[in-house]
Amino acid sequence: MTDKLRTRILSTSLIIGFFLLWEVLCVLLNVSDLVLPRPSEIVVTMWDRFPVLWPHILQTLYSTLVGFGLGVTIGVTLGVIVGTSKVAYAVAYPLLVGFSSIPKVAVVPIFVLWFGSGTTPAILTAMVICVFPIVVNIATGLATTEPELEDVLKTMGASKSEILWNVGLPRAMPYFFASLKVAITLSFVGAVLSETVASNMGIGFVMMTASSNFQVSLVFSGLILLALMGVALYAIFSLLERRVTGWATRGNDIAIT
Amino acid sequence: MSVAMIMTHNIPDPAAQAAASASFKKRSAIELQQASVVFGTGENAVTALSPTTLKMAAGEFLALVGPSGCGKSTILKLVSNLIEPSSGVVLVGGREASTKQLRIGMAFQNPTMLPWLTIEQNIMMPLKIVDPFKRTYRQDKTGAYRDRVHALLQQVGLQGFANHYPWQLSGGMLQRSNLCRALIHEPDLLLLDEPFGALDQFTREELWQIMQDLYLDRKPTVLLVTHDLREAGFLASRICVMSARPGRIISDEPMSMPQPRDIATIYSPEFVEMTQSLRELIAQVRSS
Repeated sequence: MTDKLRTRILSTSLIIGFFLLWEVLCVLLNVSDLVLPRPSEIVVTMWDRFPVLWPHILQTLYSTLVGFGLGVTIGVTLGVIVGTSKVAYAVAYPLLVGFSSIPKVAVVPIFVLWFGSGTTPAILTAMVICVFPIVVNIATGLATTEPELEDVLKTMGASKSEILWNVGLPRAMPYFFASLKVAITLSFVGAVLSETVASNMGIGFVMMTASSNFQVSLVFSGLILLALMGVALYAIFSLLERRVTGWATRGNDIAIT
Repeated sequence: MSVAMIMTHNIPDPAAQAAASASFKKRSAIELQQASVVFGTGENAVTALSPTTLKMAAGEFLALVGPSGCGKSTILKLVSNLIEPSSGVVLVGGREASTKQLRIGMAFQNPTMLPWLTIEQNIMMPLKIVDPFKRTYRQDKTGAYRDRVHALLQQVGLQGFANHYPWQLSGGMLQRSNLCRALIHEPDLLLLDEPFGALDQFTREELWQIMQDLYLDRKPTVLLVTHDLREAGFLASRICVMSARPGRIISDEPMSMPQPRDIATIYSPEFVEMTQSLRELIAQVRSS
């Protein structure tokens, strides 16, 4: 426990130290706030502009979460298909790899072409960008299930779907949640990316507009907000992961007595 | 837990037992007719089991012993329909194993408890999967089924561990849970694949006694695969010896000592003599 506390104190002081250093260096080196505003300025701007920023925060969160939700649904479905069938795995894998290696920035113009600018391309980008890690992880989790665990159920006369529900999917859960942490962060990136290119809402849009008006501290406010939102989303899914798949990281801090 | 306690707990009603055993007498008989298993094809073909014929009556406790890789486990997998014979027929309860009507309980050497479930949930798994128990699983899982699991856990000396997770238990405790899971749905046929192999001698002997009590209590047909001659002699009513790969049955002897047997019997002269002769037999087939 003391070790954990120490780690926590150290990582908190690292974060605070980072911002302090930033502040001090800006003052010492006399950096123009048109290049790099000081953290204190950023906080003041964020505070002043918060009523204006708030709807944009909600917009970005909305696009991210809807895209993420769609991505998870599609990812899990594809992952189960690919993971349970050797044929589907062999057939679909090259396509999936090809699809995943497209830089996702490149799909934004296509979505804009099809759906116009706004929320839809942001949601779709968030979706597209997070599907692949989920598919790969679910498929890996299912494909690496110990045959013995399946045999136990097979000898009971379990059907394929019973085996999937009782062994395959629970076994794939740690993989799934690991991928969710990655996926939510990627979705967030995708949504903001699309907002910067083609939208009149969202933090990405705010940053683009602020940048073209040389409101540099507002640009940085957006950046800090994005970081905070990203950390929050990541934390939520880490917590969920520990709750659901505690058995896979046994005995750390979820001791059952 | 003492064996005496288990025994008083399980005094069978002779009439009811006779009726019950008659009803599945035929159902749980096993028959292999020239069944063989070959993995792969062409030059890569590996014969796991040469054509083997074996008959088992219902309620019999048969131990299969033999050197590693002789196809003992293959026979178990055939009977449980995890694999299909390359040639020949496997009949379980008079039907082909693939059209299984029979309730089967199986325990492997590895306890294979599902790590995300508690011991109670693990043991309850067959009740969730196997007909007719699964029909009322939703209503009974917190009532009748839970009581059933707890009674069985008590019988193997694991009371109080129902809500533990598998990683919190020792190897011996896991193997007890494994037996509970194999027995919870009152199988007609119990298949044991070296379930005590990875345990220390004391735990093993303790589990032999528990296994014997559980068997005498329910009298399912049991097929036990083992390396351990004393284990086979202590538990089985019949012992078959298999030759080295590709396996076939070279000796088939009844084990006539009356059951229940005391653990001290395994150190008696006649028991030692019996295991010695089996040992020689296996030594011969290994060297030939």
